[in-house]
Amino acid sequence: MNETEATLLPARPAFKQDWRKLTNYGLLLAFILIFVALTNMPVKLDRRTIIEPIFSLGYLSLVWIPLALGFWVGREPILAGMPRYAKGIHEVLAGCVVGLVGGVGLSLLVFLLDNYNLREPLVNWSPQLRDILSFNRSVAFGVAIWLPIGIALGTCGGLMHLLSTQMRRTLMWAVLLVVGFAVFETVLLDLSEGFAWLGTEWLADEIYFIRGGLTMHGAAILAVIGALFGAFGLGVTRRAKVRYQALEGTTQTRANSIGIILSAAALVILPLFLGGITNELLANVGLFVLLALGLNIVVGLAGILDLGYVAFYAIGGYTAGLLTTTNRGESWPEWFPEFYWGIALFAVVFFAALAGLFIGAPVIRMRGDYLAIVTLGFGEIIRLLFLSDWLGGYTGAAQGVTNIPGVQVFGLVTVTGIDPRAVFYLVLFFCAIAIYVSWRLERSRLGRAWMAIREDESVAEAMGINTVNAKLMAFVVGAVLASFSGAILAAKVGSVFPSSFIILVSIVILVVVIVGGMGNIAGVIVGSLVLIGILGGPKQPGLLQEFSEYKLLIYGVLLIAMMLKRPEGLVPNVRRTRELHQEEYLQDAWLRGEIDADSANEDGLVEPNGAASNIKIQTL
Amino acid sequence: MSSEVTSKRNGVLKRRTGVDTFLFVMKAALSTFVILGVLMFIGQQIDPNNFIASRINPDATGLTGAQFETLVVSGLSQGAMYGLIALGYSMVYGVLGFINFAHGEVFMVGAMTAMIASNKLDDAGLWESNFLGSLVFILLIAVVCSTVTAVIMERVAYRPLRGSPRLIPLITSIGVSFFIQNVSVVLLGPGAKSYPSLPSWLSQKRDLLGLVTIEGTRLMVLCVAAIAMVALWYLVERTKTGKAMRAVAEDKEIASLMGINVNRTIVTTFAVGGAMAGVAGILWGLLFRSVVHTTGFLPGIKAFSAAVVGGIGNMGGAMAGGITLGSAESVAPLVILEPWGINGVSQLKDAVAFLVLIFVLLVKPTGLFGERLSSEDRA
Repeated sequence: MNETEATLLPARPAFKQDWRKLTNYGLLLAFILIFVALTNMPVKLDRRTIIEPIFSLGYLSLVWIPLALGFWVGREPILAGMPRYAKGIHEVLAGCVVGLVGGVGLSLLVFLLDNYNLREPLVNWSPQLRDILSFNRSVAFGVAIWLPIGIALGTCGGLMHLLSTQMRRTLMWAVLLVVGFAVFETVLLDLSEGFAWLGTEWLADEIYFIRGGLTMHGAAILAVIGALFGAFGLGVTRRAKVRYQALEGTTQTRANSIGIILSAAALVILPLFLGGITNELLANVGLFVLLALGLNIVVGLAGILDLGYVAFYAIGGYTAGLLTTTNRGESWPEWFPEFYWGIALFAVVFFAALAGLFIGAPVIRMRGDYLAIVTLGFGEIIRLLFLSDWLGGYTGAAQGVTNIPGVQVFGLVTVTGIDPRAVFYLVLFFCAIAIYVSWRLERSRLGRAWMAIREDESVAEAMGINTVNAKLMAFVVGAVLASFSGAILAAKVGSVFPSSFIILVSIVILVVVIVGGMGNIAGVIVGSLVLIGILGGPKQPGLLQEFSEYKLLIYGVLLIAMMLKRPEGLVPNVRRTRELHQEEYLQDAWLRGEIDADSANEDGLVEPNGAASNIKIQTL
Repeated sequence: MSSEVTSKRNGVLKRRTGVDTFLFVMKAALSTFVILGVLMFIGQQIDPNNFIASRINPDATGLTGAQFETLVVSGLSQGAMYGLIALGYSMVYGVLGFINFAHGEVFMVGAMTAMIASNKLDDAGLWESNFLGSLVFILLIAVVCSTVTAVIMERVAYRPLRGSPRLIPLITSIGVSFFIQNVSVVLLGPGAKSYPSLPSWLSQKRDLLGLVTIEGTRLMVLCVAAIAMVALWYLVERTKTGKAMRAVAEDKEIASLMGINVNRTIVTTFAVGGAMAGVAGILWGLLFRSVVHTTGFLPGIKAFSAAVVGGIGNMGGAMAGGITLGSAESVAPLVILEPWGINGVSQLKDAVAFLVLIFVLLVKPTGLFGERLSSEDRA
């Protein structure tokens, strides 16, 4: 924004601080650091080395917090047309003070860990934690070292304000690449084995230490590559993006389809070069992509918060399982045949659609929040029915359905859990269908009806949309997609249990959809890749298996943080973003003098320009 | 789907769709199921071998008077706790118009902190030597902790979202609930933790005026709930703070024009709701003597159902709804489901609670005693 550059005031003097704000931030930092330490993350994640032998994920879990808060404390809302101060020593000192208070917090914790025993309520109050926090040296060292570390990190955070955007980006990419390579070690090693004929194994041996983690020189090389990319590479990608946006409509469509075909080809070919673990991960991600695409239609497009979504997953799993199993409950009649999975799929679709109608019909007239709780109730009821002794003769109660054979494809291969690559291809096939269906639906009359309902139901009805039918359709489509996922799960695992369909699953899917970006297909896929792939699903382990204890906690934090700071998700849907930030756009327009304050309420949406939409009102 | 028949209801022409027909059939079927179940139960009580009972469920034996009494008493005390939690849902809904999904977790925090405090007291030997004193102490600790949790929750997660689209705070509250549960897991461990044992004079069964026999703990639950209810009634109806709360619930903007500090009133509402949940948490802990991180989830959802059953925003209704729901889930499986020949009915207790919610929302969405909502929330 040119106008804001013009009104830059000189930097403030160092000691003219808002001390109350600094204390608050410092205490917050100390609190967060102590909390993270007491969750035992430093100990549990210490096994995952980032750079051998000096740095592990355990320390990273502590170290990034003072850096981030030291940076954060110096941030100020940027208002278009308003004067603001240049960044200077003032921000550095602020970061320093915050880091100091945080460091004092950790020092105190180390001291307390050594002198008191609070293991009774706090299970992680242990000598290991003390040793990790004092870097395996004496306690006095541990108490003393956190002060300078806190100050240094906080100051570094503050110093970030002094760097140019270019420099900041360079640094960020260097760090990102190093941490990323350490985190994705399993997948990358797997890849390097697959492409061994390209000489990649030699590269992998250079970068990675034998027992995991990067070697020193590997980390250095990666940092340099990252920095180079951050400094120069981003310009190339940005120019490419600008060129892409300047393309004409038809050429752009062609470019799009080339991109889609290329990525589809990559998805088909890549698994051939990957090992079991990575394929397993990808298959799990695929199952959640299916689920999340379905929920995306219900929540993202139609704006119905369905918390009992797991019910359809369960119905898919149980229907497929019960129709194909060779070991059926005693209440089934003798003559009942064992179906082929593909045939059973028709029944799966039928029952899921029926369940969608049955659950949808009573709830669609309810207020949004009542609807959420009632659907949650339905989800629980369905699980309880599968679990109960009453239907136990049919569903196997707590023992579930076992001995489900895999899927035979044209008599060539049998898809079961022991062959993750085949499972991945099966999942990929259904994901492709789901993506195509979502993509077509979004642009159809029905999709537009859903979006109209999401924005304002009464207006949608007044415009002649049959809201009841449209919402029911959303339920049905969502249910069918979820049931596919359930059916594949049944074939993959070979058994289904009521405990796989707890309410937690619904919430995890919701987190995936929201973090990825409500109402955006690409967003949903990114969400599943990032969350399920890296952290893991409710039962499935992710890439970072050390995180299994913390993933639900992180999901909770992510859900709150996304809702507070970026409700449109990581990969936002343009229209949804405008709905969610309507007021900010109006403010923007008002600041630019484009609209009258009085007519702002009735006025339509104004083109985003990013001045006031960048406002982050600091709440803490 | 849309057989475009119009029907005239309350003088207003409405389109009658397939969904309406479906709902009518569903309501009728559910009502018939319930009424027939009760009738068959009565028949069973009169003659266990009558021709219907012997055909549908020959194993059913009916209930003796004492069994029925136990069921009702446990239902009532359970319901009283649901009612205490439901008050928090109801008050927050009245003031802010959204469901604080994480309120069940405030209840769990109460039960958890009381557990920690009572175990510490037990270690120090005070639990046995001075039981009443320790009880007051853990009550204080738990109420303070759950109140603080509720207030922080409001400050960090809900206040920045005031005025955003309706579903956003609801989703946030799901996140908060998830977060608090898992904080409890990572800090305190995932296993169930137990309370120290109660003195026998409290837990023994006693005769109440020769009318009912009731366990001392359940009696205590009912008494404490009644006291808390009266205190809350006094606060809301007779004090200035209560007046402010009612005014904010009616219309925030006008309340602020009348000189009421809206933010402070909202915080007070959260605090009072949190305190009630804390009291319920202790009672729950003393009654069941064990607590896990998921303790808050189901009671929370059920308490919400209770608030809806009683009419959300309506405090007397919340308590009445709690007691209705508590007794329904304890009595209904045996009275309604068993005569139909459904075995293992006690497993379906939770399902019954949810069915009550769905049924009430279908038949009378404003709850049994009517909603008390501000004009903006009546959408």
